[in-house]
Amino acid sequence: MKKLGSMLLAGPYIIWMVLFTIIPLCLILYNAFTNTDGNFTLDNITAITDYVNAKPLFLSLSMSLVVTLTCFLLSFPLALVLSKYSKNKNSIIVMVFILPMWMNFMLRTLAWRLILLNNGFLNKGLGILGFDPVYLMNTKAAVILGTAYDYFPFMLLPIYNALVKIDKDVINAAKDLGATSFVILKRIMLPLSLPGIISGITMVFVPSMSEFVIADMLGGNKVYLIGNVIEQAFNSGYADVHLGSGLSLSLMVLIIISMVIYKLFDKGEGGHGIW
Amino acid sequence: MIQKYTLKFKAISLLTTAALLLASCGKGTEKNATDQIVVFNYGDYIDRSILGQFEKETGIKVVYEEFLTPEAMYTKYKNGTVKYDLICCSDYMVDKMVKEKEVKEIDYNSMENIGNIGDTYWKVSESFDKGHKYNVPYFWGTVGILYNTTMVDKVPESWNDLWDSHYKNNIIMQNSVRDSFIPPLVLDGCSINTTDETSLRKALEALKEQKSLVQSYLVDEVRDDMVNEQAAMAVIYSGEASLASEYNEDLEYVVPEEGSNVWMDSWVIPADGRNYEGAVKFLDFLCRADIAEKNFEYVYYSTPNEAVLDNIDEEEKEEDTAIFPDDNVLDRCEMFTYLGPEAEALYNRLWKELKVY
Repeated sequence: MKKLGSMLLAGPYIIWMVLFTIIPLCLILYNAFTNTDGNFTLDNITAITDYVNAKPLFLSLSMSLVVTLTCFLLSFPLALVLSKYSKNKNSIIVMVFILPMWMNFMLRTLAWRLILLNNGFLNKGLGILGFDPVYLMNTKAAVILGTAYDYFPFMLLPIYNALVKIDKDVINAAKDLGATSFVILKRIMLPLSLPGIISGITMVFVPSMSEFVIADMLGGNKVYLIGNVIEQAFNSGYADVHLGSGLSLSLMVLIIISMVIYKLFDKGEGGHGIW
Repeated sequence: MIQKYTLKFKAISLLTTAALLLASCGKGTEKNATDQIVVFNYGDYIDRSILGQFEKETGIKVVYEEFLTPEAMYTKYKNGTVKYDLICCSDYMVDKMVKEKEVKEIDYNSMENIGNIGDTYWKVSESFDKGHKYNVPYFWGTVGILYNTTMVDKVPESWNDLWDSHYKNNIIMQNSVRDSFIPPLVLDGCSINTTDETSLRKALEALKEQKSLVQSYLVDEVRDDMVNEQAAMAVIYSGEASLASEYNEDLEYVVPEEGSNVWMDSWVIPADGRNYEGAVKFLDFLCRADIAEKNFEYVYYSTPNEAVLDNIDEEEKEEDTAIFPDDNVLDRCEMFTYLGPEAEALYNRLWKELKVY
């Protein structure tokens, strides 16, 4: 009976998942291994090795690594400070950092466009202060900036949540035993917040790997990511859903592999207590 | 080709939905085919008040529908649920329909006002309707360079100016494959409809070389960025250019001396239309000077109607060279034709190579 009850509770989501995850995945799988005539082919899978597809893939990979690192370097110190000063989980300071997420992300990206344009707010400000203008718009830097900005809360929140859960007595005990702040950070804060860091990294790295809208809006279509390649394969005048599905599949597999490697690596390190 | 319409289409997508609703209503009244005509046109591409005027003058009811892209129009037309009496579409789609014998010959002799369409434009329409039997030109335009007079040292006259390193990071190109290949192909003396791989590869090399000078590849945002003075020069459609110079008077439009692309939207009468007489009457009505003028003021693209052109004072013509180009501009422009799947795949491949360069 108990089992039936929980089945019923999960029912709505299972229907949702079948409709919007399982069936689309099957469609992608089918399209990826067939050509326009409906015959079996591996061309769409091997297409990822073609340099017009491989180059954007590596660009996506390197850019999402930079984005993830930027987000981590920004959010870890901030989370440390926030967790120290805000005992209350729903504190207003934390809310301020999440506030931008209440706005549509397209609008926020458009706002960045207005800031970064050659005669945008940034350069107007620099001009008033007597500095030379910087031409960030339509560069990789602009895309990295926009992506890091958009995904920053996804890194901050899990790390913050992990840090506030650390018992203050543990830290006080370490202090009593003569540990310096650095040792406390290295031996207590970092290892104990690791689950938060991992979910933060996953939540930033994976979506920024397949990002294409920000590259469109801030990169002036000069920054061509794997997400753009796939989007074009589905949307352009010469749409090829089979190629698009094949590339999506390759990207999915690549992300799964990198997550598995990451998890293995993390277990090895954490398990031996290297921190 | 499709992309030049996107801006307009986004704005009227709601209207289209309304039009679709209208279509379903239209079906009910199809029985009285001679009292009504069903017209199929691009979104927001007519002054709607003239529809009412036509109904009042002739007693023929106009059922008016809109579509987004020529491809969407073709699919819906082929579907056959609604029998259209008149369709307005772009050059290459008209080309396709003429070749597939999907259109009826138009009885020009019964049209009083057909003489208003200038000979030049009939000549242009020859490239998709040889011997002009099937089409009536509606609006047309060119592709050229929009430049900001305060940001360039000299007026650009040649596509070569888009390769001038002096304008590094100050050039906006079209983010669509056929349009962006116009400058290098024309400079090389090739047809913009070439399918020769060597010529296309050579054009690609030129575009790769140009990429470091290009600020961005845009479609809808070209106009806004030029109005906001983000760049000195941009490749743009004439209709967009004219609108841009309304917002910023420093902007001027030029069709480079080497030549460019010209496009034309024309009316055709589909083979399975039910009210041929009514359709011809409506076409004649559209060509009538007062109606054509009213419509031109609303749409504000280049009109092939000389009765309208004669009435516009010289000053306005000189001010807006995008909408009123010199007579010789058309002579150096070429129309796009449909290239077939193989050539399109090649273009697509080259486009990707440029993007990852």
